[in-house]
Amino acid sequence: MRIIVNGAARDVSALADLTTALAELGFGEAVVATALNGEFVPLTARSSTTLAAGDQLEVLAPMQGG
Amino acid sequence: MSTFYGVELDSRLMLGTARFPSPAVLQSAVAASKASVVTVSLRRESAAERSGQGFWSIVRQLGVRVLPNTAGCRTVKEAVTTAHMAREIFATAWIKLEVIGEEDTLAPDVFGLVEAARILSNEGFEVFPYTTEDLVVADKLLASGCRVLMPWGAPIGSGRGLNNVFGLRALRAHFPEVPLVVDAGIGLPSHAAQAMELGFDAVLINTAVSQADDPTQMAAAFAMAVAAGRLAYLSGPMEPRDMARPSTPVVGTAFRS
Repeated sequence: MRIIVNGAARDVSALADLTTALAELGFGEAVVATALNGEFVPLTARSSTTLAAGDQLEVLAPMQGG
Repeated sequence: MSTFYGVELDSRLMLGTARFPSPAVLQSAVAASKASVVTVSLRRESAAERSGQGFWSIVRQLGVRVLPNTAGCRTVKEAVTTAHMAREIFATAWIKLEVIGEEDTLAPDVFGLVEAARILSNEGFEVFPYTTEDLVVADKLLASGCRVLMPWGAPIGSGRGLNNVFGLRALRAHFPEVPLVVDAGIGLPSHAAQAMELGFDAVLINTAVSQADDPTQMAAAFAMAVAAGRLAYLSGPMEPRDMARPSTPVVGTAFRS
């Protein structure tokens, strides 16, 4: 199914949970934080969070900042 | 020694990590600045490039405390969600809260800032709000749970120094017990020294160091300026006068009747 990841359309397995989707998207063991449809999804809740077509997923990582 | 949310810091200089020419220069500048806090941010990660992973590895090697920011957030919800994400990744309750309200000056949306500060403080965050020198806003931020304030000196990245010295002096005088950090707009070591001479507890520098021709050398210059300004503040500066007063004793001057 198609979801929006960091503003771009991507395909993940239907009914995937967030942990599975992140692995499919290539984030694997990366240090990232996630928000689904504007709501923070903590690491501990990823496996119990099921995605739906059209979901908007943000995957953020540490970056330079002032 | 300065204390923020119960954490004693050796240095009164906080350094941003943005816009350095290379990771190696960032590392050497942090060392030269003697900063014990660096600011970091969160951005969208690319699964292919994974640039955030490399950056995070570098920051962890610096051996300094991190202060994550919510830079770029323009609504309360964006800022609160970003703060939650930052707390998970950086494993700290500290958050430099930015809610930007205007594009040309990157001035804080102080109404959104107060609301976001209240939400985050209630959730256990230790909020460093990027604010103006406005006393009323400062009062409301403190009432919202903030125990540190970060007034701007001038617009972010402008390097204009302390635009409103009167306002900053008033803020310092009005809240003598609150740790105050001049955040944005410092362009030269003399600006940092001035902030410290006014009695501010620390300064946060980024662009002035990272965009210097020699960032490491500039970081060292800022470290000296911050130390000098603090020492001057503790020494009790003289009061300015409008008219001259001879420093050499007048009594015994030759050729006078």
